[in-house]
Amino acid sequence: MDLDLPLIWAGVIALAVLLYVMLDGFDLGIGILFPFARSPRDRDTMMNSIAPYWDGNETWLVLGGGGLFAAFPLAYAIIMPALYIPILLMMMALILRGVAFEFRARGRTRGKAFWTGAFAGGSTVAALSQGLVLGGFIQGVTLNGEAFGGGPFDWLTPYTLLVAVGLTAAYALLGSTWLIWRTEDDLHGDARRWAWRAVIASAALLAVVSFATLFVHPQVALRWGFEDGAFDLARLALLSPIPLLGLAGLGLVVWGLARGGHVAPFLGSLTVFVSGYLGLAVGFFPNIVPYDLTFRQAASAENALGLMLAGLVILLPVILGYTVWVYWVFRGKVGADAGYH
Amino acid sequence: MEFDALLLSRIQFAFTIAFHIIFPSFTIGLASYLAVLEGLWLLTRNETFKTLYLFWVKIFALSFGMGVVSGVVMSYQLGTNWSVFSAVAGPVIGPLFAFEVLAAFFLEASFLGVMLFGWKKVGPGLHFTSTVLVALGTLTSAFWIISANSWMQSPSGFAGTVEEGLVAVNWLQVIFSPTFPMRLTHMVLAAYLTTALVVAAASAFRLLKDSSEAESAMALKMAIGMLAIVAPLQLLAGDLSGKDVLEHQPAKLAAIEAFWETRSEQAFHIAAWPDREIEGNHWELSIPKLGSLITAGSTEAEVQGLKAFAPEDRPPVFIVFWAFRVMVGLGLAMIALGAWGAWLAWRGRIVRSPAFLRACVAMGPAGFVAVISGWIVAEVGRQPYVIYGVLRTEDAVSPIGAGAVSASLLAFLVVYAIVFSVGALYILRLLAEGPVAGAHEPPPRQDRAPGTPLSAAPEDPGPPDKEDR
Repeated sequence: MDLDLPLIWAGVIALAVLLYVMLDGFDLGIGILFPFARSPRDRDTMMNSIAPYWDGNETWLVLGGGGLFAAFPLAYAIIMPALYIPILLMMMALILRGVAFEFRARGRTRGKAFWTGAFAGGSTVAALSQGLVLGGFIQGVTLNGEAFGGGPFDWLTPYTLLVAVGLTAAYALLGSTWLIWRTEDDLHGDARRWAWRAVIASAALLAVVSFATLFVHPQVALRWGFEDGAFDLARLALLSPIPLLGLAGLGLVVWGLARGGHVAPFLGSLTVFVSGYLGLAVGFFPNIVPYDLTFRQAASAENALGLMLAGLVILLPVILGYTVWVYWVFRGKVGADAGYH
Repeated sequence: MEFDALLLSRIQFAFTIAFHIIFPSFTIGLASYLAVLEGLWLLTRNETFKTLYLFWVKIFALSFGMGVVSGVVMSYQLGTNWSVFSAVAGPVIGPLFAFEVLAAFFLEASFLGVMLFGWKKVGPGLHFTSTVLVALGTLTSAFWIISANSWMQSPSGFAGTVEEGLVAVNWLQVIFSPTFPMRLTHMVLAAYLTTALVVAAASAFRLLKDSSEAESAMALKMAIGMLAIVAPLQLLAGDLSGKDVLEHQPAKLAAIEAFWETRSEQAFHIAAWPDREIEGNHWELSIPKLGSLITAGSTEAEVQGLKAFAPEDRPPVFIVFWAFRVMVGLGLAMIALGAWGAWLAWRGRIVRSPAFLRACVAMGPAGFVAVISGWIVAEVGRQPYVIYGVLRTEDAVSPIGAGAVSASLLAFLVVYAIVFSVGALYILRLLAEGPVAGAHEPPPRQDRAPGTPLSAAPEDPGPPDKEDR
């Protein structure tokens, strides 16, 4: 049996990163929305709604990083130094907002206020730095042979700042629609208002980012049908399901918000993420370090990929199984104290 | 000494990993302890066990959270600061890291949620299963990460060079490299000792205030039982691990013992001031011939000294020598404490000996200090290599500037100082309250988020019951 191991692993890493942004996206979104809550009690509810899940959600980030190291060591060895500052900024932010789950509950007056701020600030900075990482990745990395050859601030451009703001708005959309689904009363109403603003901001920024991405590298424009001023409708038509999916997602959010649906806005937000993710990925595929290194060039030894695949086919279904089970166990509306126990 | 990206990256890695190891070395043992407590409660229906479980699970939640977030950093820092190492070693030890994530991290993270918040959402059997799975996850994680580290200490089962790339030729030899079995044993026992010492100290602290607290008396006896059995076993495991070092990392062994000359009848230095500049010890307090006996099993055995290695291949000796002595000294103190406690327990006086209880409190942090000292011996002792004999640390660093690393190091120092001091404060506060207050007294509503484990303990924590929501 001849398996295309590098391709399979590229798909696995891509799936891990997609699951990460969707799952940790909504719980980072809760942190981004934290300052807008009307009372400490509502903030308690917001945190309760994600407390059993956040650790599992963040594990997809570890799989993304660890998996990249294991399956594409060369890509890992180039991307991480290239994005040194935003990645470590993200780490610090994730540390502060991660410990806040427990620390905020243990703090008395000042301690609680500090960890409320740390959760909100940490979540927001984590979202912004993930946007900088994403933007820095999409705009391409300077190579020197098979190592990073650029400067420490290559990732800081108007494009990456735009992506950072866009991703943060999109996380806020995920967070607010999650709250619509999982909370009641005042908070539920607030979440609806937040979701309206977030969906408008996300749609606008998504449009601007999509347009700007066409200009970051000729390969991206070429993929979407633009070449030297000429335009190839057939290419665009081939990829048109991706933006159409995004529009459908936005439509589902708006439809759900307009007619008071509880789950539809969240499902719509997730759909927008899938569309945005695919839309960005087609621009640089098959590069794993845009735009000079393909996933085949960066792939680990065949025997390493094969060994890991054997482990993956056994463990991944089990992981997905118990992850779904945990979400099922904690299903339903969450209150500040009633719904939980 | 120039503060270049290499040195700064080394300081940053040492600092972040030393910070990180504090938490796993406690939570590995604590997860197993919680599984035992919940199992005993389900078996005997003795409320003491349940009270202890509900108390220690809160300490676990705080510690585990800090362990998780400081651990995520490690999985990215290999790439940000040690990209050459990552590219070279990835094809060989990458799968070990991947298996750690797939087999351990997801398991821990997912079932932790059920363990902390599922007390009334799932039945007692499922809740107990979740606790056991979290404990199993911590041990699985230790297995894979020690496997990867052991391969870096005693690489085996691979082919190729740094220039052309390394590739595995025998996965069993990669996973079970020669020093792995004893190093894993040594670390897991260390984790159990660390936990036992913390539980003993916390319980002793409570008993000094109120000697009638049944929960603390029970926890103290369990901890002392663990200590009395495991501390002597750890001496044996450490000795066997040392034999591995003699065989696979002779330069590290020479640094541990401050041996300079290669000879038989090496003296054992109880204390010394070794100095690489003079290639010898400024002074030493020694027992003749014992060094050869301890390290190689016979006074006649010839043991290599540091001068047998080129100066650029020698590890820093002062820090390795002293870190080893701190570790062993504390290990001997643990054996003594365990024996003393076992004697008192046998005479039925364990809770009524203030001297012993104070000794337990004093020894509370000893496990952490011993673990960090041991890791200093392991990691500094294998310098100048990051993959022993294959890749030098100085050749493994990323092409990054000192400026970026200084900034990140400074930020880590600040963030970790805040997280550590606040975390320690909250844990010590809980420990001072003790199991009875901690598990039964309902917290003031406005101060506690109901989703947290503290409030996950119901006011009257009856048997888990799905109907009771």
